[in-house]
Amino acid sequence: MSQKYITCEEVITFLLSYLSGELSAEKAGEFERHLAVCPSCVHYLKTYKATVELGRNALGGTAEPGPSALAPEMVRAILALRPPG
Amino acid sequence: MIEQRMDSPTLGEPGPEPLLLRLRTGDDAAYHELVIGYGGRLLAVCRRFLANEEDARDAVQDTFFQAFRALPRFEGGCQLGTWLHRIAVNTSLMKLRSRRSRPEESIEPLLPRFLDDGHQVDPAVDWDEPLRSLEHDETRRLVRRSIDQLPDSYRNVLLLRDIEELSTAEVAELLAISENAVKIRLHRARQALRELLDPHLRQRAVAGGHSNENTRPV
Repeated sequence: MSQKYITCEEVITFLLSYLSGELSAEKAGEFERHLAVCPSCVHYLKTYKATVELGRNALGGTAEPGPSALAPEMVRAILALRPPG
Repeated sequence: MIEQRMDSPTLGEPGPEPLLLRLRTGDDAAYHELVIGYGGRLLAVCRRFLANEEDARDAVQDTFFQAFRALPRFEGGCQLGTWLHRIAVNTSLMKLRSRRSRPEESIEPLLPRFLDDGHQVDPAVDWDEPLRSLEHDETRRLVRRSIDQLPDSYRNVLLLRDIEELSTAEVAELLAISENAVKIRLHRARQALRELLDPHLRQRAVAGGHSNENTRPV
């Protein structure tokens, strides 16, 4: 039985579905056969994952630039927004 | 994940639940504690969506304004921090929509291109490990600048999914688009961000000697 080989375009187009585990076992097998022989797609996959990690680390949590605490005048302005009563 | 971020133990005692009870009694100290405890993190959230500092600060004020009025109806189904986070995200998105004055640029030029046979026009090479290390402030700045270059509708999905860690369903509801559209936008946003980072992070790796010939699959 001949095995189907998919193109780089198919791999890259459906990469998110592959990484999210949304592909059928058959389709995932086609991905893995392609990745076994295609260094370019392996690099693409690796740098795609690195992109997500870089974004999370550059913007997530405490990585945000600027002062983390509100200025006292801003705190006062916010507290003045409390509804009466 | 969001609950962990917004309701971390660094807030000190008392925890969010007793704080909520005190807020409902109109306790001045509790309101002060709420603003001091969550304000900085909410400002960080709003800054991610709104490049303009004044807009981000306005969004934080609007967030608290709405939260104060909604507190009597907040049933505590999620943690206080999670609830405030959602209001801040919503408020930032609304402000962003009101600021949009020109048509959005296409993301197409930032997506990978393919030859007729399905190979990439520009085969991918690995990134330089030390360069992509986040110990480098320069890399962090590069990533932030690159995210800011994404068209808003893609940037927002990337921020909501990858940074704010909302689920696909939550993002779909927030943006009033289908879950499939969220997935497509997220994938394209990540691809475009990768494309923007690639020339900076692959520079040294190229010296390793990858050529178009040996990166083609058989």
